[in-house]
Amino acid sequence: MKSSKATRVFFTVVLVIFFLVLLWEGYKWMGQQTDDHWPGTNFGLPIATNDTIMPHFVDVVGELTAEIRDGRSSMPMYAFLLKKAWFTFQEAAIGFILGLTIGMGLAVFMSRWKVSERGLLPWINVSQTIPLIALAPVVVTWGRNQGLSDLFSISLISTYLTFFPVAVSGLRGLQSPDAAHVELMHSYAASWRTTLFKLRLPAARPYLFPALKLAGSLSVVGAIVGEISIGRKTGLGRAILEYALRYAIFPERLYASVIGAAFLGLLVFGMINLAERFFMRRTREVVS
Amino acid sequence: MSEKNAISINDVDKVFNEERDDEVIALSNINLDIKEGEFVSLIGPSGCGKSTLLRLIGDLLEPTQGSVEVFGKSAHEARIDQDYGMVFQHAGLFDWRRVAANIELPLELHGWSKSDRATRSQEMLDLVKLPDFGGYYPRQLSGGMQQRVSIARALSFEPKLLLMDEPFGALDEMTREHMQIELLRIWEETGTTVVFVTHSIPEAAFLSNRVVVLSPRPGRVHSVIDVDLGQRTESTRQDPSFFGAATEIREALRAVEEQE
Repeated sequence: MKSSKATRVFFTVVLVIFFLVLLWEGYKWMGQQTDDHWPGTNFGLPIATNDTIMPHFVDVVGELTAEIRDGRSSMPMYAFLLKKAWFTFQEAAIGFILGLTIGMGLAVFMSRWKVSERGLLPWINVSQTIPLIALAPVVVTWGRNQGLSDLFSISLISTYLTFFPVAVSGLRGLQSPDAAHVELMHSYAASWRTTLFKLRLPAARPYLFPALKLAGSLSVVGAIVGEISIGRKTGLGRAILEYALRYAIFPERLYASVIGAAFLGLLVFGMINLAERFFMRRTREVVS
Repeated sequence: MSEKNAISINDVDKVFNEERDDEVIALSNINLDIKEGEFVSLIGPSGCGKSTLLRLIGDLLEPTQGSVEVFGKSAHEARIDQDYGMVFQHAGLFDWRRVAANIELPLELHGWSKSDRATRSQEMLDLVKLPDFGGYYPRQLSGGMQQRVSIARALSFEPKLLLMDEPFGALDEMTREHMQIELLRIWEETGTTVVFVTHSIPEAAFLSNRVVVLSPRPGRVHSVIDVDLGQRTESTRQDPSFFGAATEIREALRAVEEQE
């Protein structure tokens, strides 16, 4: 049963990609026939269909295998992207783990003391209104003064994005048990700690995992934006920035590097999905 | 039934939001003794403080005035000593635990070994007539079955006192009647003291040794009605003595209504 479900998912994904490619190429073909107008009208198409704006899909994929120079050596694009993605993945992973720890810590702290919820929650919300671009140089300069590596500074920027959904949803989840459940634990004279581990944390899982998926994607975004604003030489962010600057010459390369970033995001998403399956395997068995 | 008091409530007042605009006097001047092994129901119109009184006995609330003693100790000490098990209107099982693990929860908190827990939860499942359901998840069970699991959980550590807050309120009439018979059987087998909150007259008449009728705003003890139906079976429900007890409770509740 399990493998057939996996196969189904795989074919669905392939079908969706195929459909999207068909849409892309169909639109491009139509635009090329009508000189970027809706057929039979004078209305221009919203997006131009020339090879700079919309390169052929095969060219983008083909670019993945093209030899490119990286410093003194040369290697295929996909290997280059994998190498860059590995750096970004490390930054995102550290950022995610830190964000998870800090976010859950805050959630537990706020659920323990009502006063701290009232005091902290507004600031947690305000924290997300500070533009990342403004924050990044501060973090990096501070980090360099403290003797931290740039990798860690970028991770901190990623943490800044990831802790937020974890803290907010975590708090919501920890507060989710019914009054009757809490009274029950109280009637057992269970300590706050026991109540946390036996009741509040298990009950928080359905709230937490959707937030973790969001945090996972944000950790990659945070790492890429962090790389760009720091100007770190390694990482996907740097590659995307360089290809964005040379977009007019090599549009396929920007698209290829974006595909790399998308795959990294999917990878992180998939890992969190696996974790969810593991931690919620018991409740999953019940389909009501 | 022994002559020793399981619960002794002395001059208890309970005021919520004291000295604020929304102050509510939930209970006023409550005096009540409950003997060990006795089955006592608390009945009254909504807002009469019957659940509040139950929570005071369970030390889930503290009295504003007066004292609540449970087995000669303060209610607080009795809670710390785990002298009572609690059953709520909704079963309140943990969805992520199997039925057996739900029953074992209090044992787990008491530090029982895994094998002892497993043995006990199976005994409890037998007691509530669900011997084969230990491996199921709560949501796979009907409401009545869930409530039986909840009772099994409350009894698993053999508490001397069972506090029940409208435990059958959410069940259909037939299931409710079956559960009442089950509860009486368990009560007789375990010899535990039961304090039972209900708003159903026939339920109170059928189950109890004594029915405490409360009047609302503020909650006071209006009257205490002794009931003696002897050994209860399904046919007791057609017995004149049962109707007599129900009528007596009904009249007390009418008198409460007229007071208002």
